[in-house]
Amino acid sequence: MELFFQQLLNGLTLGSVYILVGIGLTLVFGILHVPNFAHGSLYLIGGYMTLMTMKWFGVHYFIAIIMSIITVALLAVLMERLVFNPLRDAPAIHDKIAAIGMVLFFEALVSLMWGTEYHRMQTPFGDTIKIAGMSTSAQRILVIAVAAMVVVLLYLFLKKTMIGASILAMAQNREGAFLVGINANAVAMMTFAISGVLAAIAASLASPINLVFPAMGHLVILKAFVVVIIGGMGSIPGAIIGGMILGISESLGATYISNDYKDMIAFLLLIIIMTARPKGLFAKEVY
Amino acid sequence: MAFIKIEGLTKQFGGLTAVNDVDFEIEKGKITAIIGPNGAGKSTFFNLISGFHRPTSGSIIFEGIDITKTPVHIGAKLGIARTFQTTHLFEQSSVIDNVIVGHRLRTKSNLFDAVFRTRREKQEEQEAYDRAIEALDFVGLLDLVNRQVAAISQESKKRVAIALALATDPKVMFLDEPAAGINPDETDNLAELMKKIAQSGITVCTIEHKMQMIMGLADTIMVLNHGAKIAEGTPEEIKNNPIVIEAYLGGDALAEVN
Amino acid sequence: MGKLLTGRNGILFMLGLSILFPLFFLDNRYVLYVMTTSFIFIIAIYGMNLLAGYTGQLSLAHAGFFAIGAYSVGILTTKAGMNFWLALVLAVIITCVIGFALGIIALRTREHFFAIYTLIVGYLIYLLIDKWDGLTGGVRGLIGIPIPNSIGPIEFNSAVSMYYLVLLFLVLSIFIGVRIVRSLTGRTYIAIRNSEELAQTLGINTRTNKLVSFVVSVAYAGLAGGLYASLTRFIGPEIAGIEMVFNFLVYLIVGGIGTLTGPIVGTMLFIWLTQFLQSFQEYRMLIFGPILVVIVIFYPTGLAGAFYSLKHKWLGNKEQKKEKISEIESMKKTSIQSREV
Ligand SMILES: Nc1ncnc2c1ncn2[C@@H]1O[C@H](COP(=O)(O)OP(=O)(O)O)[C@@H](O)[C@H]1O
Ligand SMILES: [Mg+2]
Repeated sequence: MELFFQQLLNGLTLGSVYILVGIGLTLVFGILHVPNFAHGSLYLIGGYMTLMTMKWFGVHYFIAIIMSIITVALLAVLMERLVFNPLRDAPAIHDKIAAIGMVLFFEALVSLMWGTEYHRMQTPFGDTIKIAGMSTSAQRILVIAVAAMVVVLLYLFLKKTMIGASILAMAQNREGAFLVGINANAVAMMTFAISGVLAAIAASLASPINLVFPAMGHLVILKAFVVVIIGGMGSIPGAIIGGMILGISESLGATYISNDYKDMIAFLLLIIIMTARPKGLFAKEVY
Repeated sequence: MAFIKIEGLTKQFGGLTAVNDVDFEIEKGKITAIIGPNGAGKSTFFNLISGFHRPTSGSIIFEGIDITKTPVHIGAKLGIARTFQTTHLFEQSSVIDNVIVGHRLRTKSNLFDAVFRTRREKQEEQEAYDRAIEALDFVGLLDLVNRQVAAISQESKKRVAIALALATDPKVMFLDEPAAGINPDETDNLAELMKKIAQSGITVCTIEHKMQMIMGLADTIMVLNHGAKIAEGTPEEIKNNPIVIEAYLGGDALAEVN
Repeated sequence: MGKLLTGRNGILFMLGLSILFPLFFLDNRYVLYVMTTSFIFIIAIYGMNLLAGYTGQLSLAHAGFFAIGAYSVGILTTKAGMNFWLALVLAVIITCVIGFALGIIALRTREHFFAIYTLIVGYLIYLLIDKWDGLTGGVRGLIGIPIPNSIGPIEFNSAVSMYYLVLLFLVLSIFIGVRIVRSLTGRTYIAIRNSEELAQTLGINTRTNKLVSFVVSVAYAGLAGGLYASLTRFIGPEIAGIEMVFNFLVYLIVGGIGTLTGPIVGTMLFIWLTQFLQSFQEYRMLIFGPILVVIVIFYPTGLAGAFYSLKHKWLGNKEQKKEKISEIESMKKTSIQSREV
């Protein structure tokens, strides 16, 4: 039983990371109808920026995270301006190909600058702590707490600010949003910036547990797609539910089924869902 | 037996009723027009008949066959052709290449024929090609056959779309706002083309915004408003129908008609 | 010059060149090996092009099917001791059967969802190969895959003979690909790529056609994989990896997606470029990645497309001076043949 709760807690940690990455992905999709395959690159750069800022400047983990957030947000905006915006009227296949080009680039860039080896990220939260009889690392608790906080802040931002409201409006109805005079460019840039911020936070939080390495974005982005498809493309609550379902089922699956095949759980889950519902589990019926 | 008989046709999108309990008959060989303000459900009405949407309720009978649930491509084989409000042509390709595929549904060559370039393949390629030329000739585009679609005028594109529909050898053609985005002179030419199509024995059903054009063209007009049929009759009857005048034509539009 | 290297002449020229090629490198196994590998990739990419370029469905599981073909040959020859040729035929059939089953499900999804679905299926194939130690040798891979059995007096124990064998398959693959693209079936695929809605209104059963195109596409991948296994004689799970499918995609896009010469141009260019930049191997994506982005934005039909639109412009200017009547006359004869690049 203790093992079960232990794994549940691990699942929550994992789920929190998936949620942060998934929300960024789903927001971008909701607004631009582009599945950003390069979202994993934002995660990748987020992890390295935090690590390297700590190494170079010897700053505190939190300061490094903030530096990382700023960098990745800017990078995401650049991505929107330089790549996705010029392609907005191109056939759907082109966005994906361009995104893949960016994935290849960033992975090579990171390998060139910092080598292909795995890096460990030291944090002030490496200690093991005991909660209700379970021992866990403080970092895991931090992941869950920060993710929860970020989601609440994001919710407030989207509901209470002008630009946030525009983002939601545009996600729901693109043409309608144009009619009421929303600046589509500003909203697109803002959405990419948010997705970058979330990716940087997720990577910075997960890296002390999962290590930092050039391919770290691959698996995460694949799983984020699973999350987003479970939850329905464009839906934030969907991404939260999807992230939790995936995190917990992976964590329990690794313990009770097979650790070797744990990554398959997510993908099999997705295959099953998409087979039954080609447009996603909670997708709105278009007609 | 009515050519096309529509009964109680209804389509709901979530809470919105885009087409509401419409009964309608389309007569063979005639030109029927559907008019109504933006969002009245005209395109949806076409989408229901051509099979893009499943009706929420109601039925569509085409030459005695119930096609309410027939998939789009089967409907096409039965003889239902349509054009879209925005032409979906392949802009990078030539006019003729866009139209040749229109006859594909009347051919049988498959992958095997393709790989071995069988006699059937060659024969049907020629057939499709001839049919495309014939259709382009019919719509008056013979001098543009090898031109890239991206390089021809908006009106010509509409004609290519009509030629494409003609190449399927249809019995009835549904045209969704064929004259949208076209100047008045060209509009007259398009009206002529529609008459020519009807004269060749193909029933024409068109959605139109330009009232002047439709009044001189249609045999029957149906008026949709908020998804419901509010009137039906000859252009003369529609012009003088008080419900239509109030709901749709209004002062300005009426002035335009008269 | 423009006339000299296009159409029939161009094809004969390229064919002659590739037949004579080994004569210049008889003692250079390495060059022949690289060339043979690139031929194999072209076969695989031709399949990808048929589906993505002509039918408009971007499948990211293509490397997975390449690997299924390779592992089928590998397992059937090493573990079941089967004759290579029989194994190769079976490999293509296995790939097609799996492709058919998967296609039925995957093609229910559209556009982005199809790309994501196939990306994940490809990754699952990779994971399966990686983890299923007993069958596939797991991360260690499969070793000792035999060379093709000799046919009568023809043996395949030299780099030159393998080169010609693969060339034969390549020519056959291209020939079939060109036939398909230029047929009514090919026109059907192009219509689907252009607009599924319009294709449906034209009476095209888009679901069946996409499925057939998908199966043909994976058959190419399976064949290429089978040949690859026998050429390298060692295969590991990475051939099913994401990296591999991305490589295919880069070659295809830069060469020209939706063109018949694109896969050849792109693959040759990149394989040889990579060879010259050997020391740079690790970081080649530093250049390839941005190239991919730039090409997609500015030259959506790649080098081949750019070349042909230049040529068209040039010819177009000349042609306009001719009289219309002769244009229509000549069009009647040429249009069906000269339609596609
Ligand atoms: N696929 C769809 N999903 C949801 N609503 C739709 C869909 N297609 C049309 N509608 C809605 O149905 C109504 C009728 O639309 P439409 O048939 O296009 O009108 P019209 O062609 O007369 O301008 C509109 O309110 C439109 O927003
Ligand atoms: Mg409409």
